[in-house]
Amino acid sequence: MPEKTMPRTWDDVQTVSQSKKGVPEGLWMKCPVCEETIFRKAVEANLWVCPKCEHHLRVSGPIRIDQLLDPGTFEPMNEEMAPRDPLEFTDLKPYVKRIEQAQGKSGQNDGLQTGAGFIKGRKLVVAAMDFNFLGGSMGSVVGEKLACAIEEATDRDLPLVVVSCSGGARMQESGYSLMQMAKTSAALARFDDEGGLFISVLSDPTFGGVTASFAMLGDVIIAEPRALIGFAGPRVIKQTIRQDLPEGFQTSEFLLESGFIDRIVHRHELRNEIGRIIDYAGK
Amino acid sequence: MMTLDFEEPIIEIEKQISSLKERDSSDQYAEEIAQLQQTRDRVIQKTYASLSPWQTVRVARHPERPQTVDYVRMICRDFCELHGDRHFGDDPAILCGFARIGAMKVLVVGHNKGRTTAEKIACHFGCAHPEGYRKALTKMRLAEKFGLPIVTFVDTPGAYPGLGSEQRGQAEAVAMNLREMSRLRTPIVSIVIGEGGSGGALGIGVGDRVAMLEHAWYSVISPEGCAAILWKEANEKTNELAARSLCLTARDNLSNGLIDDILDEPVGGSHRDPAGSARTIETWVIDQLGELARLNPETLIRRRFDKFRKIGAVTSRALPAPTES
Repeated sequence: MPEKTMPRTWDDVQTVSQSKKGVPEGLWMKCPVCEETIFRKAVEANLWVCPKCEHHLRVSGPIRIDQLLDPGTFEPMNEEMAPRDPLEFTDLKPYVKRIEQAQGKSGQNDGLQTGAGFIKGRKLVVAAMDFNFLGGSMGSVVGEKLACAIEEATDRDLPLVVVSCSGGARMQESGYSLMQMAKTSAALARFDDEGGLFISVLSDPTFGGVTASFAMLGDVIIAEPRALIGFAGPRVIKQTIRQDLPEGFQTSEFLLESGFIDRIVHRHELRNEIGRIIDYAGK
Repeated sequence: MMTLDFEEPIIEIEKQISSLKERDSSDQYAEEIAQLQQTRDRVIQKTYASLSPWQTVRVARHPERPQTVDYVRMICRDFCELHGDRHFGDDPAILCGFARIGAMKVLVVGHNKGRTTAEKIACHFGCAHPEGYRKALTKMRLAEKFGLPIVTFVDTPGAYPGLGSEQRGQAEAVAMNLREMSRLRTPIVSIVIGEGGSGGALGIGVGDRVAMLEHAWYSVISPEGCAAILWKEANEKTNELAARSLCLTARDNLSNGLIDDILDEPVGGSHRDPAGSARTIETWVIDQLGELARLNPETLIRRRFDKFRKIGAVTSRALPAPTES
């Protein structure tokens, strides 16, 4: 692990203020990891990777798709699909208010963008999660859009790439959210039965019901460097075991060493690597 | 017996009954005792007919509530336990084995919470590790291979959150079970007998038919976990609010179409009459497996897929206009 990077903690995941596109505001910004003040445009041109410490900043679904796909090739699917509030859930704020705010902030109906497009000339179905939308949480819309995307890939015999970035299942839809785990996994079983290639890309952070369903079911699983990925959040684990977590715990590097992902790929190389894997394993 | 606070009036009457019984062994107080017993039964009925969601959670966690091992003992004959995930170890938090229920040979899979302190610690209070989920899948594949239907008992606060469980791939283990259970070519019936805590519950709960016992709970997160995150603090008040908001009761889950059946518990909960609960479960399992046995494997897994595929609450609207620049 490069010396100049700081140890990652869960807290720095959520501290950057975000604009509607899911990127930090202002002309200058501070890298949440090395705390270097950096020129925003330079970071953007660097695919939202800190030029000083190579920290991969979180990007929204639309930006992720822009970065991944060949320009102008994205055909979105189910953009109009939007959440309901089936349980009339209210915590400190009503769920409907949270939805409205997230929609206003993101310009999206929910936290997953799906569609068809090309990466380096290879046609595929792509889905990208948006941490900016209620922590990238999976409720009915995320589950349904993903299931539709998987079925599109199945029907059109295309490779599927899903970029995960999520705190887990969405609490405000309770059992409905939980069942999206079964639904997306079952759709992937059918895709698998048909011989489809699923490349799962894990970005910072990927946790809970997302990791414990589709995200870990990739035929090939790629993670961005030093992303935090796991089942239970570090805070919950700390509470359970009542001791500090070892350094580097739940990072991409930890997962690679433990045998749960295939490759760690720098964001600059993501398009190349996906294209390469499709050439080996796609139809 | 451990007392739940809302059961205090019941316990109070029971104390009166036993003190009357102690006072005189002749039938001198028989009439009074009979009256008190009637009152007690009425109070139990009334209390349990109107449990709040948070009270339900606490009934579901009652230390004397029957667990998987108890139901296996009461329902199954000739239980033949099968251990080990063939890769890492044998997680006692998930119990697997061949068994006979009625005239059928089945595979039983269930969370195991443990009763004694030593058992509870060994089972991590019913929180399974990856090797537990992998053991379950290994045995379920065995059942598929030899044409045995699968009966799962769900009873967990959640999959274990720890160092070893993360290192050994808790998420991957649960995910794999969800995917593989959806396409196992043998009937699967699941009963949430106590706690249905999130992915750890669903990890053995992808069934053709899913039922909940009347006072069980099933949700994406425990009320305390939800309260700690959304209300910033878990206490009696926020736990109560979270439990209500999560719609985690059997009735809520049935009306939301997330489960197929509710199995009534004996009056006052399964911990008052484990054998009664066992009979209800046994009848349900035999009925369901009887029906499912008539389906060919293609129809079976197509229907199982459709059942989960259709779950979701979505609507349609134009893309929102951003409100902030």
